[in-house]
Amino acid sequence: MSAASQDVATRNGIFARALIYAVLILFAVYYLLPLYVMVVNSLKPLDEIRQGNMLALPQQWTIAPWLSAWSTAQIGVQPTGLKPYFLNSVMMVVPAVALSTILGALNGYVLTKWRFKGDNIVFGLMLLACFIPFQIVLIPSARILGMTGLAGTITGLVLIHAIYGLGFTTLFFRNYYEAFPTELVRAAQIDGASFFQIFRRILLPSSGPIIVVTVIWQFTNIWNDFLFGSSFSGFNSIPLTVALNNLVNSSTGVKEYNVHFAGAILAALPTLIVYIVSGRYFVRGLMAGAVKG
Amino acid sequence: MSFLKISNLYKNYGQVEILKDINIEIDKGGFLVLVGPSGCGKSTLLNTIAGLEPITSGDIAINGNSVAGLHPSKRDIAMVFQSYALYPNMTVAGNIAFGMEIRGVPKDEREKAIKQVADILQIGHLLDRKPSQLSGGQRQRVAMGRALVRNPQVFLFDEPLSNLDAKLRVDMRTEIKRLHQRMKTTIVYVTHDQIEAMTLATKIAVLKDGLLQQFGTPAEIYNSPANMFVADFMGSPAMNLLSARLEGGEGGLNVVLDRPSDKPLALPIKMANGALGAYSGKEIIFGVRPEALTDPDGADRNAKSLAEGECLIEVVEPAGSDTFAVTKLGGKEVVARLRADAAIHAGQKTRLAFNLDKAVFFDPKSQLRIA
Ligand SMILES: Nc1ncnc2c1ncn2[C@@H]1O[C@H](COP(=O)(O)OP(=O)(O)O)[C@@H](O)[C@H]1O
Ligand SMILES: [Mg+2]
Repeated sequence: MSAASQDVATRNGIFARALIYAVLILFAVYYLLPLYVMVVNSLKPLDEIRQGNMLALPQQWTIAPWLSAWSTAQIGVQPTGLKPYFLNSVMMVVPAVALSTILGALNGYVLTKWRFKGDNIVFGLMLLACFIPFQIVLIPSARILGMTGLAGTITGLVLIHAIYGLGFTTLFFRNYYEAFPTELVRAAQIDGASFFQIFRRILLPSSGPIIVVTVIWQFTNIWNDFLFGSSFSGFNSIPLTVALNNLVNSSTGVKEYNVHFAGAILAALPTLIVYIVSGRYFVRGLMAGAVKG
Repeated sequence: MSFLKISNLYKNYGQVEILKDINIEIDKGGFLVLVGPSGCGKSTLLNTIAGLEPITSGDIAINGNSVAGLHPSKRDIAMVFQSYALYPNMTVAGNIAFGMEIRGVPKDEREKAIKQVADILQIGHLLDRKPSQLSGGQRQRVAMGRALVRNPQVFLFDEPLSNLDAKLRVDMRTEIKRLHQRMKTTIVYVTHDQIEAMTLATKIAVLKDGLLQQFGTPAEIYNSPANMFVADFMGSPAMNLLSARLEGGEGGLNVVLDRPSDKPLALPIKMANGALGAYSGKEIIFGVRPEALTDPDGADRNAKSLAEGECLIEVVEPAGSDTFAVTKLGGKEVVARLRADAAIHAGQKTRLAFNLDKAVFFDPKSQLRIA
């Protein structure tokens, strides 16, 4: 009797599990479908796409659209491909991420371990920066870039991105360092360590998880940014997102969908790679503040 | 001349006064214990000595020189924190040597100093480990090692034993005492544990709500508490503090204690001093420690003023080395300390001896000691 009911229970369990998996697979397919369409069509000659079946695998596999998107496609008026703009983006993202992360860490350090009168007000104002829609600051930013002579340069873009990332990076580091034992800082003070020595030797070595979180966050946001890129870039500093837009909108000749798909994947690739490589640490870092060791 | 001198020290956090008019001095090589209940300002006082917290007014001098306003690293002090505060990313050796490294001490000298301290504290085999790989007791030793290696003028300890289990705490207490006897360095030690205070200190400062209640040797604090708070806080089991009346009788004053279902108990004081006389006929608080309230056979033979009284025993608590008996006097439970083999059981009436040499009397209003 009891064996039979157990049997039923087990069968129910298997059924529920199968249902869960079926739903999960359905969602996964749903989310992966666009990527599949992009990849498949970026590997087809243009004729095949014109035949209309977007979901079919290529009859004739080719990487020509990828090569074209990378180095010969028409971007605006120049047949340069995305390569130079990819480099622009790298040269913009790396310093901007580094700068905003370092400054955010220093802010978090000061706001938690070197508290001063009104520190909470300063922090509140910095938090506000997380909620300001960027459109509001376009005109003042343009003025400041113009006055400093940085308009249209990569340096200008780095500066803008670093400053507007500061709200978030400060928030991340402040919350992380809030849980960091103040007695360690005091011990180091008695040991004679200076402000920066304490930061470098005591806090930074324990900041791995939050650095990963901040870098991923900043990298993704700055790499994917279109608004600042299209507003503040000059002829030699156009980032990849803007170039991709120009590629797709180039009005000369036929629309090369396969090249557009390849270009879009190229543009998304770095953020994808960053997530795949360090996604685990991202989740761990977000949790780290909550569960004190 | 006093080596560490704290004079008229005040400390505010914003509008709140945390420490009020603290005056403490201690000689070179002394062991000062700051004791008091949680939140009374002990750590704050220690942190002001360390220079980790600025003072609002007053002065702190070490060896005759004012250190108020000096950076912690310039005060020639070393501190052991309650949480040990070991740098998690450095090895034990790295932790001990960090201060020297910052000060630019050459590597071979550092190695020598590390080895010396490791030998004293027997942590030589732990030097390459990270703090996370150590037990609580080992972390404690490393934290002490980091302080010892500085060879400072004053050691500051903030509840260094409170995170250890009971057995280890007693062992480490002895070890700290031995270290102090050996190094002869001045120590300021914070604890909320009055037994630690009694066993370690050469001088005790009892704090409550940011006010210094009493400052003196352990014997002074224990035998002549300045007020009822100190009397109650120091000693375990705590001193019995009973409502009583002073009445004139033949040959001097009597302490009169109410008893339930019996006529009041009158104890004649033979050695009453003048201050007490002024309270004749008034209510007072009568303080007697459990060890001064014994079975007549176990009473101190050298006591000049002994009194006996019949008491109803309500509870008997054998504790191995002693037996504690609870009776009721002056409307409160009273603990007496009897010999371990005292033949006594609950519900029985027995004679108890009061050693009035050791008794203290308090004014019930001001709570200050009269005599
Ligand atoms: N940074 C601070 N700001 C405001 N009040 C504080 C601060 N640090 C401690 N206090 C207050 O000062 C009092 C004494 O604290 P502390 O010295 O840590 O007590 P303890 O005797 O337990 O070590 C407490 O009431 C505490 O709330
Ligand atoms: Mg404390």
